[in-house]
Amino acid sequence: MAITEENPGYKWVGTRPIRPDGLEKVTGKAQFGADLMLPGMLFGKVVRSPHAHARIISIDTTAAEAMVGVKAVITGSDFPDLAANGAHPSEIDVANNTIAREKVLYEGHVVAAVAATTREQAEAAAKAVEVTYEILPHVLTVDEAMADDAPLLHEGMITKGVDPAPEEASNVASKILHERGDLDQGFGEADVVVEREFTTKPVHQGYIEPHAAVADANSDGRAHIWCSSQGHFQMRAYSASVLGISPGMLKVTAAEIGGGFGGKTVIYLEPLAVRLSQRAGRPVKLVMDRDEVFRATGPTSGTRIKVKMGVAKDGKITAAEVWMAYEAGAYAGSPVGAAGMTAIACYDIPNFVVEGYDVVCNKPRVAAYRAPGAPMAAFAVESVLDELARDIGMDPIDIRLANAAVEGTQASYGPKFPRIGFVETLEAIKDHPNYTADLGPNQGRGIAAGFWFNAGMMSSATVHINENGTATVVTGSPDIGGSRQSMALMAAEELGIPYESIKAVVADTETVGFNDVTGGSRVTLATGAAVVDACRLIIEDLRARAAKTWDVELDQVEWVDGQAQHVEGAQPPLSMKDLAAKSGRTGGPISANASLNSRGVGAGFSTQLCDVEVDPETGVTRVVRYLTAQDAGRAISPDYVEGQMQGGVVQGIGWALSEEYIHDSDGVMENPGFLDYRIPVASDLPMIDCAIVEVPNPAHPYGVRGVGEVGIVPPMAAVGNAINDALDVRMTDLPMSPVKVLEALNEQRD
Amino acid sequence: MARTHVTTVVNGDETEFLTDDSTSLLNALRDEVGLTGAKEGCGTGDCGACSVMVDDKVTCACLVFAPEVDGSTILTVEGLADSGELHPLQQCFLEGAALQCGICTPGFLISAKALLDKNPDPTETEIRYALAGNLCRCTGYDKIIRAVQEAAREMRDQ
Repeated sequence: MAITEENPGYKWVGTRPIRPDGLEKVTGKAQFGADLMLPGMLFGKVVRSPHAHARIISIDTTAAEAMVGVKAVITGSDFPDLAANGAHPSEIDVANNTIAREKVLYEGHVVAAVAATTREQAEAAAKAVEVTYEILPHVLTVDEAMADDAPLLHEGMITKGVDPAPEEASNVASKILHERGDLDQGFGEADVVVEREFTTKPVHQGYIEPHAAVADANSDGRAHIWCSSQGHFQMRAYSASVLGISPGMLKVTAAEIGGGFGGKTVIYLEPLAVRLSQRAGRPVKLVMDRDEVFRATGPTSGTRIKVKMGVAKDGKITAAEVWMAYEAGAYAGSPVGAAGMTAIACYDIPNFVVEGYDVVCNKPRVAAYRAPGAPMAAFAVESVLDELARDIGMDPIDIRLANAAVEGTQASYGPKFPRIGFVETLEAIKDHPNYTADLGPNQGRGIAAGFWFNAGMMSSATVHINENGTATVVTGSPDIGGSRQSMALMAAEELGIPYESIKAVVADTETVGFNDVTGGSRVTLATGAAVVDACRLIIEDLRARAAKTWDVELDQVEWVDGQAQHVEGAQPPLSMKDLAAKSGRTGGPISANASLNSRGVGAGFSTQLCDVEVDPETGVTRVVRYLTAQDAGRAISPDYVEGQMQGGVVQGIGWALSEEYIHDSDGVMENPGFLDYRIPVASDLPMIDCAIVEVPNPAHPYGVRGVGEVGIVPPMAAVGNAINDALDVRMTDLPMSPVKVLEALNEQRD
Repeated sequence: MARTHVTTVVNGDETEFLTDDSTSLLNALRDEVGLTGAKEGCGTGDCGACSVMVDDKVTCACLVFAPEVDGSTILTVEGLADSGELHPLQQCFLEGAALQCGICTPGFLISAKALLDKNPDPTETEIRYALAGNLCRCTGYDKIIRAVQEAAREMRDQ
C-alpha cells in the first residue's frame, strides 16, 4: 500500500485509466521506427569493421556502386572533417563513432553504407565494399587498457582531472575524486572493516526494437528524418553536427519507440540515412539487425571496483574507500562520474574517498543505461555493507537506517539533500509481509538499496482547447513507457475536464518547442511541469474571457471543476465547452505554450528485497520472491510507476544472473543475439511486488520525482546478498552464473 | 529474377502477393502485404516479436520463408479484433497496463491467444512457460501475466 503523508484529494492524478496510445499498440497500428514505408524508398545497409582495432588503409566502393539496384555508397569521406573545423571534441567523437575515418576502434564500427532498391541488393552491395585494414593491437578491459605500454586508442588522450596533467598519453580519459574527512581516522574508529573487489561485464539495454531511421532529403539541403529515439531534438542536433549543417535544415519526427533505457539517446543511423538519401535523391530506410545492435550500440560499462568500508559496533559507518574503473568503449565518456557521485549517496558517512577512472577500450562506445553508472557501484557497496551487517550481527535494514541520508544530510557528492524518502523505502520493506516470509531449503534473502539523482533539464509543452472544449496536450518528449498518460492526467487535474477529453501527443521538431531527451527519469517531472504551466496559462486566459463576457473584474472569476464561476454566484457558470464555443468572440483560439528549465529535481531512492533459491548441485539461482520499494514523490500514473519499478528490477536480475558481453581474444563479440545474450524471460521470474512510497518533491506541482531509473540500482546486490544468505558464498563477479556459483561453492567445500 | 506467387488467407481475407524465395514471411507481411504489426526484434526466432499464427500454430514469421505459407491461413495482431471489437486479451492488456513501449505486444497477444485457445484455464506457471519465447524488456512480465490471467477468466465466463 502506498505511504502517503496526506490524501491530496486529486480526481485524476493517481488513477489508472487506459493510456492514450494503448489502442494503437494492441492492434498493431502504432508506427515504430522500422514501420514507415515511403514511395520510392530505398533500403540501406551499413558496412562494419570485423576488427577490434585497425587502421583503414583504403575503401574501394567501385564494385558495390556498379551492382544492380545500388543507388548510393558513402564512407567517412562523405562527411565533413569536424576536427579540421575546430568542433568540440565530444562532437568529433560522435561523428567518428557514427562513421569511422582513419581508424576503426571496435568490431562493428561503421566504415561505409549503401542504399539500393531492395534489401537483398543492399546486403549484397554492403558485402562488395572492399576495405583494406592494417590490424592494430587492441585492449578489451580496464585492466588491459590501463596496463603500462598498453596500445593507445587515441594517441593524444591526456587524462583529465589529474593535477599536474600527465605528460604521456594513455587510455584513461579522466579521473574523478570525491573526498571528505579523514580516512585513517575513520578506519581507526571502526570495529569491523571489510575490503572486497568486484568486477562486472558490459551489459546491453536490450530494447526489443533495433535502431531504425528513415530519411527523405530534398535538393535544397533540407531533410526529414523519422526515427525511434529518446529525443528527436537531440537526434536533430547530433545529426546536423555530423552532417555539418544547421539543425534547422532537419525535421525529425519521433516514431513510436520500442524501448530505449538510455540507449536511444544517441545517434547511429540518422546522418547516414540522410547522406544516402541526398546521394540517391530518394528516401532511404536503415534498420539494424539484432547482431548490429549488440556489436555496435551502447552497452553500459564493464567495471572493476574496490570497496573498503568500516563500521562501529552500533552500525555507524565510520569510513568508506571506493576505487573504480569503468570501460567507456571506444570514446571517452563512461558513466564513472555518476558512479562516483552515487556510490555511497544513500548514506551519511563522515570519512570517505571515492576515486574513479574513465577508460577507453576497443569495444562499442557505451551509452546511457538506466541510472548510468550507479548499479555497478551499488553492487559493490551494498554487498560490502551486507557483509558488515552480518559481521556485527545487525539486521540489514537497521544498518541502513542507522546511516541513511535524510533531509539536510550533506550528500557525498556535495549538496545538502532536500526532502527525500530513503528511510520511508527502508520502512516499507520492513513493514511488508515478504520481509518475514518463511524461507525454504537452499533459499536466502537479500536486501540492497540504491540512489539516483533524477534529471530536470529543458521541456516545452503546448495545450490547445478544441472548439468543443476538449484539449490537445502537445509535447516533444518521446513516450517510452506511458508518459502521455501522465501528461493527460495532470492536464485533466489542472483543467478540470475528464481525462478522456484530453489527447496527449508527441510532436515533431517543427511543431513544438525544444525538449531535451526522454532520459534521467525527467519527463513526468519536467515536461509534466511544462504541461501544468501551459494549463495554468489556459485557465488564466479562460478566466479573463469569462470576466470579459460578464463584464466583471478578473478577480471576480475563479476556475472550479472545469468551469468559470463568479465568486458571488452572480452569473451562471461558463463551462470549458461554453468558453470554447465562444472563443471567436472572446479573443480567438484558446492555446498556450510553456517552456522551462528544471526548477529542481527530486532524488530517487529504492530499497529492494530479494529471495532466491540456489541449486547447490548446478549453481542455478532462481529468484522466488521479489519486493521493490521506491519513492516516486507522487505516482501520477501508478500503473506505469509500477511498470518502471518492475522493469528496472528485472533488467537488474538479468544483469545479476545471466547477461554479459563475451568477446574472443580478437575482440570479436561471441554472443550478439538473444539466444546467447540471455535476458530474463517470463518463466525465469516470479511476480515483482511493488511498494510505491510517496514523499513529495517540493519542486514539482504534484510532487513528482521521476521513477524510471533507480529501480535498476539495487538488484545485483540484492540477488548477491540473497545468494550469500542461502549458501554463505560471497559473489563478487557479475553475472552470478551457475558456473561461478558452483566454483564459489567448490572453493567453500575445499 | 522470377518471383513466387503466394496465395494465403490473412486475417480472414484472401491475400496474394509476390515474393523472392529467400524473403521471410515477416518481411513479406510487412513489405508486400503492408501489415507492420508483427515486428522484427532479432530475426533469429529468439524474441517472439514477429509471432503470428500460421494455420493455428504460433510461428516466428522471421523463421519461415514466405513461399512456405502458400495455401495457409495466417493471423496477425491486426486480425485479433473482430469488426473493431477488441479481443479480451487486447482489452485486458490495455486495462492492466501490460505494455510499456509496445513493441513486443503484438507477439505476446498472438502467443497468449494460442495458449488460451488450447488451455482456457492455465496456471501462472503455464502462462509463464507459454510466453517464455516472447521477450519483453520493459515490464518485467508481471502485468503481462496478470493480463493473460484476467483475459482467461473473462473468456471462460463468456
